[in-house]
Amino acid sequence: MDIQQNYFAFLGLPESYDIDLKSLAARYHELQKTLHPDRFAHLSDREKRLSVQYTAYLNEAVTTLKSPLGRAQYLLNLHGIDTISEASVQLEPAFLFEQMALREDLEDIKALPSPEEALDQFLDKVVQQLATYQKLFAEYYALGDVESLDRAAAVIRKMQFMVKLQKEIELVESELD
Amino acid sequence: MAYSEEVLEHYENPRNVGKMDDSDSHVGTGMVGAPACGDVMRLQIKVSDEGIIEDAKFKTYGCGSAIASSSLVTEWVKGMTLEQAAELKNTQIADQLALPPVKIHCSVLAEDAIKAAVEDYKKKQSA
Repeated sequence: MDIQQNYFAFLGLPESYDIDLKSLAARYHELQKTLHPDRFAHLSDREKRLSVQYTAYLNEAVTTLKSPLGRAQYLLNLHGIDTISEASVQLEPAFLFEQMALREDLEDIKALPSPEEALDQFLDKVVQQLATYQKLFAEYYALGDVESLDRAAAVIRKMQFMVKLQKEIELVESELD
Repeated sequence: MAYSEEVLEHYENPRNVGKMDDSDSHVGTGMVGAPACGDVMRLQIKVSDEGIIEDAKFKTYGCGSAIASSSLVTEWVKGMTLEQAAELKNTQIADQLALPPVKIHCSVLAEDAIKAAVEDYKKKQSA
């Protein structure tokens, strides 16, 4: 194990968008066991500190790669494309209109006397759209040339809006319960 | 993180929330978004034949700072010429609202939105 390695290498997984989530979970448990603090109890402070560092890196790696958006962002980051902290980028007006309309739809649904069913259908729609974006990202990413990676970054930006919307729907649902 | 009083004031009593008819040739619509936080902002202006902004409306789905920034801009631009409105700087918005550094991008979004609205209006007029 080496925390200089990227998350994929650290976990011993192929560097790809289509990772097997079961292997990810299995590797996580294996490494977690190796890193358990009890196994370091008799060792020096330096080694104990290292075990804490490794565990933190492991958790960070798994959380990032498990998330479809986080994994996409991380892969592009490895190619020098930062989609996490970019502040202002040009987005297609049609996409922004659609996003605005979706948020207005959510407000309308929230105002219904019993919004449960409409909310479920709305969430389904958003989840499906996210799945389409994921597929699209995987295709562009696999092509790997500069132009395709730019397109992949554009897909991530769209994903970010949809993930935010998904969280908002889930928040509304949790408030209903 | 604590919001300034001015941000809270706009957040609790946002000015000029609403929508204008985008097909009206006197209306310019600016639509912007910030992927990093998933915020979406729509800012619209209604311009007189003399080129003065008579009315402004906004709708923002985002954090308190983004809502306050767009609310403030709609207040400011009323009565301005298109040129004056297009010259608004995000730093003026951030200063007025006392935005902390991590929220400066919200004021940038509002500046982009008013610029986009002015551009949209001009494009409609020349079409």
